[in-house]
Amino acid sequence: MARFVLRRVLQSAVVLLGVTLVVFLLLQLVPGDPVRVALGTRFDPQTYEALRARAGLDQPLPVQYASYLGHALTGDLGVSFRTGQPVSRIVLERLPATLSLAVTAVVFALLVAFPLGIVAAVRSGSAVDHAARVFSQFGVSVPDFWMGIMGILLFAGVLGWLPPSGYVALTDDPGRWATHVALPAVTVGLVTASILTRFIRSSVLEVLSADYVRTAEAKGLRNRVVILRHVLRNALIPVVTVVAVQLASLLGGVIVIEVLFAWPGIGRLTFDAVQARDYPVLQGAVLLVAALFLLVNLLVDILYARLDPRITVR
Amino acid sequence: MSATTERTARRVLDALRRDPLAVGGTVVLVLLVVVGVAGPWLAPAGVNDVDVDQMLRPPSGAHPFGTDELGRDVLSRVLVAARVSLQVGAVSVGIALVAGVTLGLLAGYYRGWLDSVLMRAMDVLFAFPVLLLAVAIVAVLGPGLLTAMVAIGVVYTPIFARITRAGVLSVREQVFVRAAVSIGASDLRIMRRHVLPNIAAPLIVQTSLSLAFAILSEAALSFLGLGIQPPAPAWGRMLFDGRGFVTDAWWLGVFPGAAIFLTVLAFNLVGDALRDVLDPRQLTLAEARRSTP
Amino acid sequence: MSDRTERSEGRESVPSQRRTSDRPVLSVEDLTVTVGTRRGPAHAVAGVSWQVRAGETFALVGESGSGKSMTLLAATGLAPRAATVTGRVRLLDSELTALPDDRRRRLRGRHVGFVFQDPMTSLNPVLPVGRQVTEAAEEHLGLSRRAARDRAVELLDLVGIPSAARRVDAYPHQFSGGMRQRVVIAMALACEPDLLIADEPTTALDVTTQAQIVELVADLQQRLGTAVVWVTHDLGVVAGIADTVAVMYGGRIVEQGPVDAVFDTPTHPYTRALLAARPDPSRRGEDLVAIPGAPPSPLDLPPGCAFWPRCPVRADPRCAHELPPLTPVGDGHTVRTFYPGETP
Repeated sequence: MARFVLRRVLQSAVVLLGVTLVVFLLLQLVPGDPVRVALGTRFDPQTYEALRARAGLDQPLPVQYASYLGHALTGDLGVSFRTGQPVSRIVLERLPATLSLAVTAVVFALLVAFPLGIVAAVRSGSAVDHAARVFSQFGVSVPDFWMGIMGILLFAGVLGWLPPSGYVALTDDPGRWATHVALPAVTVGLVTASILTRFIRSSVLEVLSADYVRTAEAKGLRNRVVILRHVLRNALIPVVTVVAVQLASLLGGVIVIEVLFAWPGIGRLTFDAVQARDYPVLQGAVLLVAALFLLVNLLVDILYARLDPRITVR
Repeated sequence: MSATTERTARRVLDALRRDPLAVGGTVVLVLLVVVGVAGPWLAPAGVNDVDVDQMLRPPSGAHPFGTDELGRDVLSRVLVAARVSLQVGAVSVGIALVAGVTLGLLAGYYRGWLDSVLMRAMDVLFAFPVLLLAVAIVAVLGPGLLTAMVAIGVVYTPIFARITRAGVLSVREQVFVRAAVSIGASDLRIMRRHVLPNIAAPLIVQTSLSLAFAILSEAALSFLGLGIQPPAPAWGRMLFDGRGFVTDAWWLGVFPGAAIFLTVLAFNLVGDALRDVLDPRQLTLAEARRSTP
Repeated sequence: MSDRTERSEGRESVPSQRRTSDRPVLSVEDLTVTVGTRRGPAHAVAGVSWQVRAGETFALVGESGSGKSMTLLAATGLAPRAATVTGRVRLLDSELTALPDDRRRRLRGRHVGFVFQDPMTSLNPVLPVGRQVTEAAEEHLGLSRRAARDRAVELLDLVGIPSAARRVDAYPHQFSGGMRQRVVIAMALACEPDLLIADEPTTALDVTTQAQIVELVADLQQRLGTAVVWVTHDLGVVAGIADTVAVMYGGRIVEQGPVDAVFDTPTHPYTRALLAARPDPSRRGEDLVAIPGAPPSPLDLPPGCAFWPRCPVRADPRCAHELPPLTPVGDGHTVRTFYPGETP
């Protein structure tokens, strides 16, 4: 187990190194001088020189990368071209908003997908199964921001139950946070739920045809015991991975949803940085998200190894 | 084309014809292509015919999808924008397919350090959420049609590379490939004649499903203002521009979104049907299903 | 609540049944199974009758697809949902085919234990083996978790798993194929069932292990007095352990009788072909005689004798389009043929 964990940690570290290289190179892709582009009409020679020096742009590329990497390791992701504030602080400030939205959306998705996926598989061919299949096809085809707009139209416009957009921190006012998070979380959650429903359904279906399920039936166990102890225990192990990948990609900020609902998370920050050509902030946001993504995947692989006894011996 | 390929093609067509959802998806796709080609002629009005007397009018005989905040005809804009979506979808998936298959072939066929380097690079690309990476690429290259296509192409390359590599690894050990190697066939010939036909099925399935995702991604990029630039119409951008008026003018939200949804749905339905035919595992799964008494 | 009383009734009924060998433990009468498929109905089993008594071993022999496994699954309520089952199946005092699903479930595992073909896949990979062995006892006999654990060790010991007390918490992947099959056998015996159904239990194992498993089951049967139904395509196994044998082909029994009679005077051309195809240690090195052709598809059975297309004899023209009747040829020995007397 320890060796497995160590190997996975090393693998993730290598990939993370690659991620920093990609993020670093992003700035080099900007046609022309990124600082000049960023400053645009606000150009003044003093700020220009200061920002260039701070970003180390006058050095040769490998030196620039080494210094970028060195700074990143100490948590220094540069300063915003716009405000001059440290990027790491700007990015971390936005994390709670994204976190609360992502977790709410995944919880909602699980509440929908588990019962729906399991019942669809166990009662394969039934009305529930058909409904589940229509739902999952709908979910993977519908643009989430369109569903968000339809949600605003219905719940904010027609019914007037929920605010159309905006953010209140959970720690400030849980009640108002809940009314504000409801629409974006359900919008994102429905798409996630449709992906999970499809996966859970096929995973449960596959286990249902396994020999050991027939063995359990042959023992004369009650249907409920067969499903819970034999089918679900096996079918839900791979589901853990998919849930985690979904959560990880939501932590990356659902850019369009955060923009649509004026939700001040990482996604909204990315959008604003793109608009303002604030490249260091864009780099910082992308780096943080990719690192979170890798971390969640690493944790899930370790959790997976704990859940499946077959992996621990390797 | 060989007889086997022809037989497979006929089997696929037969199966698609029997699946009502796939037929529906195909019909929608054909209509879309027609609209994509003939959109500007089908449109009842010019996409940029601004009419300040006709601002935010609900659907009517003159404007079946209503008008937007500048008095432009929404139906015309939806029709003309179809071309952009299809174009971005096709070109970006084309980029991903060519790049991914090439990298996957190289990695799987030559193995060794090349394989390691290429596949680690794909792992790195996989570490970014799809849309975020596309946004970052477009942001640095500058927004526009071309950069959007490149960005989406890059983002979907690793999937094709992985599928191809896995296929190559399983095919290259098979007897007929080893036989071809032993009689001195060139690498290029072996890849083209023996390896590619054997990994065609998963690639076809992935291509049609990727088209759906690519069109969704294009819509998201243009929603964020990173797709084709105004005044050219794009479905995602229309939703973005209309989002502030949507509680007063529902048609600005409904029609462009419905167009995206229908397009993506059509590609998904056809892709799923192709997967059912070309990936036999999916069939046995349902058939092997046993009861729980 | 009600199932607790059911359970204790079931428990009481066991000892009275166990030692009397005149009444069958399981009798199958005119069992027919038709499975609905996309390509039409598949006639998996057509009018099969047999019985097995306490302490007796009944062997059901045939190639894969001959309907032997389906006969047993259908008899015990484990047939696929798409299957239509008709006929009568009697287990001890219960008419299984007349019982609702839930009552039938309570007899399974309690009075009938199953050993399936592939020990690599018939155990749940994420549950410790001990737990799997005594699940049935927890369900049917109301054993507590602690009592069940002790019982699991006892059972694993019984089937010859070394240091059972230590291995009771191990997972299936930590056992070899042969050891796993022992676990499955222990599992089948957890409630001391009146009947053990072994569905090709040695097919997936290597030859040495096969012999050990056969010996183990024979030994356990002697000690516990269980009736055994042994499904196999291997006639070599049958000769060693069975009392009676039924040979199935195309969903029907073609020959049935005491094992000595069937082996000494095989009458149906298919039985003879099977016996000739058996690897014979005395003729080691010679080619095996395979039966030319393939078994018929249950979707498309021939109108007459199912074996007719492959039959080397074809002594009666009616065989091609008319089903031969089951005809007695000796003491309890019956054959589905038009020409029972003449043995060419």
